This record gives sequence, C-alpha cells and structure tokens, in this order.
Amino acid sequence: MRMDPAVEMTGLVKRYGAKTAVDGLDLSVARGTVTAVLGPNGAGKTTTVETCEGYRRPDGGRVRVLGLDPVREAAALRPRIGVMLQSGGVYAGARAEEMLRHTAKLHADPVDPALLIERLGLESCGRTPYRRLSGGQQQRLALAMAVVGRPELVFLDEPTAGLDPQARRTTWELIRELRADGVTVVLTTHFMDEAEQLADDVAIIDKGRVIASGTPEELCRGGAENTLRFSGRPGLDLASLLKALPADSAAVELTPGSYRIEGKVDPQMLATVTSWCAQHGVMPDRLAVERRTLEDVFLELTGKELRS
Amino acid sequence: MTATGTFIPAPGAASLPRMIGAQTALETRMLLRNGEQLLLTVVIPTLLLVLFSAVDIVDTGAGKAVDFLTPGVLALAVMSTAFTGQAIATGFERRYGVLKRLGASPLPRWALMTAKTGSVLVTEVLQIALLTVIAFALGWSPSGNPLAVLLLLALGTAAFSGLGLLMAGTLRAEATLAAANLVFLLLLVGGGVIVPLDRFPDTARSVLELLPISALSDGLRDVLRHGAGMPWGDLGILAVWAVLGLGAAARWFRWE
Repeated sequence: MRMDPAVEMTGLVKRYGAKTAVDGLDLSVARGTVTAVLGPNGAGKTTTVETCEGYRRPDGGRVRVLGLDPVREAAALRPRIGVMLQSGGVYAGARAEEMLRHTAKLHADPVDPALLIERLGLESCGRTPYRRLSGGQQQRLALAMAVVGRPELVFLDEPTAGLDPQARRTTWELIRELRADGVTVVLTTHFMDEAEQLADDVAIIDKGRVIASGTPEELCRGGAENTLRFSGRPGLDLASLLKALPADSAAVELTPGSYRIEGKVDPQMLATVTSWCAQHGVMPDRLAVERRTLEDVFLELTGKELRS
Repeated sequence: MTATGTFIPAPGAASLPRMIGAQTALETRMLLRNGEQLLLTVVIPTLLLVLFSAVDIVDTGAGKAVDFLTPGVLALAVMSTAFTGQAIATGFERRYGVLKRLGASPLPRWALMTAKTGSVLVTEVLQIALLTVIAFALGWSPSGNPLAVLLLLALGTAAFSGLGLLMAGTLRAEATLAAANLVFLLLLVGGGVIVPLDRFPDTARSVLELLPISALSDGLRDVLRHGAGMPWGDLGILAVWAVLGLGAAARWFRWE
C-alpha cells in the first residue's frame, strides 16, 4: 500500500455567499488511522468533510483524497470511499434491508448485508419504511451503507448523534473493527469522549480553522499542567506543602476542605503529597489525579462550551 | 478490537448494467409501493376511462366515446408517470438527500437518470397494458400504425420527463408537489384528454394545441381512432418540448 496520506488538505477555503465556512484549513489523514474532526456546531466540520467527498468545490486551497481531486476525479474516487451523511440519503418508502442490499449491489465485492444487519441490530427494522424508523435506526442504516462497499476510506459525519448509549457503543466497536482491518476513518463529532475513545488523531476546528491537532494524549498533555485534587480538614497550611514540591507547583483551597495542586504530576509528586498529609495527620479523601480532557483543551482554546 | 477481516478494503464499482438494473428495479418498487403515486398513475386514468365511456357527460363527438377517450387516457397515463409522478418523487428524493447520497456512490449521475427513465417506462408498460384491456372490454376498436403510437409515446415520455425533472430539480419539494398536481389537473381539462379541444374558443384552442399533452392525445387519437399515418405535426411539438425540457433540466437541475 502506498503510504501517502489518505487525505491531504492545505489552505482550504469555502464560502457560501458572504459567509466563510472554512477559512484556510489544513488537514492530513494518515492511512489506516481514525481521525476525529472535532468542533462546535457551525465550525465547518461538515463543509470540510463534504469537500473531501466531492460535494463542495473549494474556493481556495488544495484537496487530495487518496491522491485524487475529489471534484475533477470524482468518478475514480467514489467507488473507493464510503460516505455517511449527517442525515437522510434513503428513499422514504424503502426498507432498511432493501436499501442496504441495493447499496451493496452498486459495489464489486461488498460485505454480506446480512452480516451488517446483524452486527448493527437492524433486524428490528423489519418491513418498516425508512421514514418511520427511529433516528437511531436511520443512523445505523446510514453507517451500514457507508461500509458495505468495502471502501478504503470512510467519512462519517456525526455517526453517533442521537444514538442511545448501547447503539453508540455498537458504532464505536464497528469503527474499531474498520481500523483493525486497515480502513481509514474520518469522522466528525462534537462528543469529546468519542474522539478520545476512537481517534488516533484529533483536529479541533473552530470558525473554519484548525486550532489544535495531534493525538488525544498530545492535546491533553500540553498547556496547563496536570492536577491533583483531594479533600481533608479545612484550613491546612499549604505553604509548608509547597516547600516540599517543585518550585513551579501551585496549591489552592478551592472551597473549605477541598484542595487542588497543580504541577507536574508524577509518582514522586504523589509520594510527596501523601507523606506531607501523613505528617500532618490528614486523611486525603477522594484523592484523584486529573488528566486534562479534550473538553478542557477546547475550553482553553476557545473559551466556550463545545456541547451547545 | 482484533481484525476480523470483514472490512479489509476491496473497493470497486459493480458493472454498469448491474448498477442500472438494480437502480431501475428499486425506483420501480418505490413507485409501485407509493399509494398516492398509484392513485395518480392507475386509479385516476382507469376511473376516467370507465366513467366517461359509460356515462355520457362530455360530448365527445361522433362515434363511440371509448374510441375518443382511450387515446386521451393513454396520454394522461404517460403524463401522470413521466411528469407528475417523477417530479414529485424526484423532488422529495432531492429534499431528503437521496440524490446527494447516490451522488457519492459508484453509480454515475447519467446512470441514475437512465434508471429513472427505465422505471418510468416499466410503469408505463403496466399502465398501458391495464388501460388497453379495460378499453377493449368497453368495446374499443383501435386502428392505425403501432410504430407511430410507439414514437408518440416515446417522445411524449421524453417531453414530460424533461419538464418533471426541471420542476423537481429547481423548486422546493412542497412546491413541486403542489405545482405538479395543479398542472396535472389543468392539463387533464385543457389538454384534449377527455374534453375535445374544439369545445374551447378558437384563440384558446390554438394555444392549447401547442401543449405537450394536447400533442400527445391528439396524435394518439389521429392514429388510433382515424388510422392516420405519421402525425408529424404532433411529433414535432413533442420533440420541441423534449429538447427544451431536457435541456433546461440538464442546465438547471440542482442535486441538493
């Protein structure tokens, strides 16, 4: 397999009338990985993905998907990719199995539709027409349609939006299996935990630009240091604790009896804190090492809540 | 998650005949499953044929009413499927992202349009078979050249498809639904289907004669009722509508 990126996007610009949806976006997706494009509603996630799928003609920048121009070389690209739109895409009167079998027939060497029906729990759809399926059933059918053709690369636009926790887990398992079988996955989401659970790489976008990217670990590590929290009796003398810790550490009593220590959290630091507690006869209740989450990263970068 | 091998990439399009065949079959199933579509394409033409043949409501001129009505109702059947039905179905497919999603599949757009045409033709064959049987039961005695009939039906289908797709590809789905039904009703009355055009004032008549439904019903009537040769005038009118309609649809059709 060639090792050039599955998706290579540099300086993408897309405008809708006076509104700039994507404003100089760079994105590179390595083959065989899961990449999450994360951002609030209206950040430009869908426009970015739909440009890769060949639906949108860029106003600026360069896009290559599997080495092809998604607009000019659409005919060569389309059989190789799988697409899950954010909603719709199925005849109102079609049954789930009928539509999946039909989609399979458009491909040369499809996955057995019966297997996908079973894996995604679509048997329950029976003969119900698409328009009367639940939102979750419609989502799972769209996912099945995206992967049935055995694509090299799949684009999933908010694959778990509106799913109950169990269906969400089923979807996650399928995405992990795709990755294990060597399929490249690009998904958009506004769920932090989804990106942390699934993605090799995360691109956080806001207002049409990538504001941070990297592995979930890299993103959560940088910036503010990690945090240790514990509870004890109120009014502890934190100055003596700080003397025992490295110089750049900080300690505060957030509310009476609730303490937060910031600094490089490693085994040595933990030992210093607990032995200081022992010396002062303090039982550090609810002691917890807090890792920064992607949610924290996003809040720091944009100053606003992601789930809106 | 361990690899199961189920999804190891093996991308590729199926052969074109297979894709077009599958798409035609699916589109036809969707059409025949839709109650409102069946009302339009089967129930209304059948009722009109039976009712107006049996009851003398409209003066259809000399000769048996069924000989006047059958060509008109056949023209109406073509219009109901190629224009009204196709416009409404395609309008909602566009609205619900079906056309968009198929656009990302290996099926080329021209192949999707070919399949839509195939599904319209299959439906028309079923309609014409049903209406012909009923007409014979009502005492219809057609004459004329079958080739001329086929040519009229084909050009009529092309003309109505172009106009239907133009509407579906440019208007909102709800607007298409309303407009396609309104046009169906107006052309049913003013297109020589059940009311002879010579019942209208001369000026109105000269305009109405240029409508595709009038050309189709008049052409079919000339051949099937009077045994005329090739109705070149009507074929010409239909050809112009087909070129204009399909050309405009190709130019302005929006897939999303």
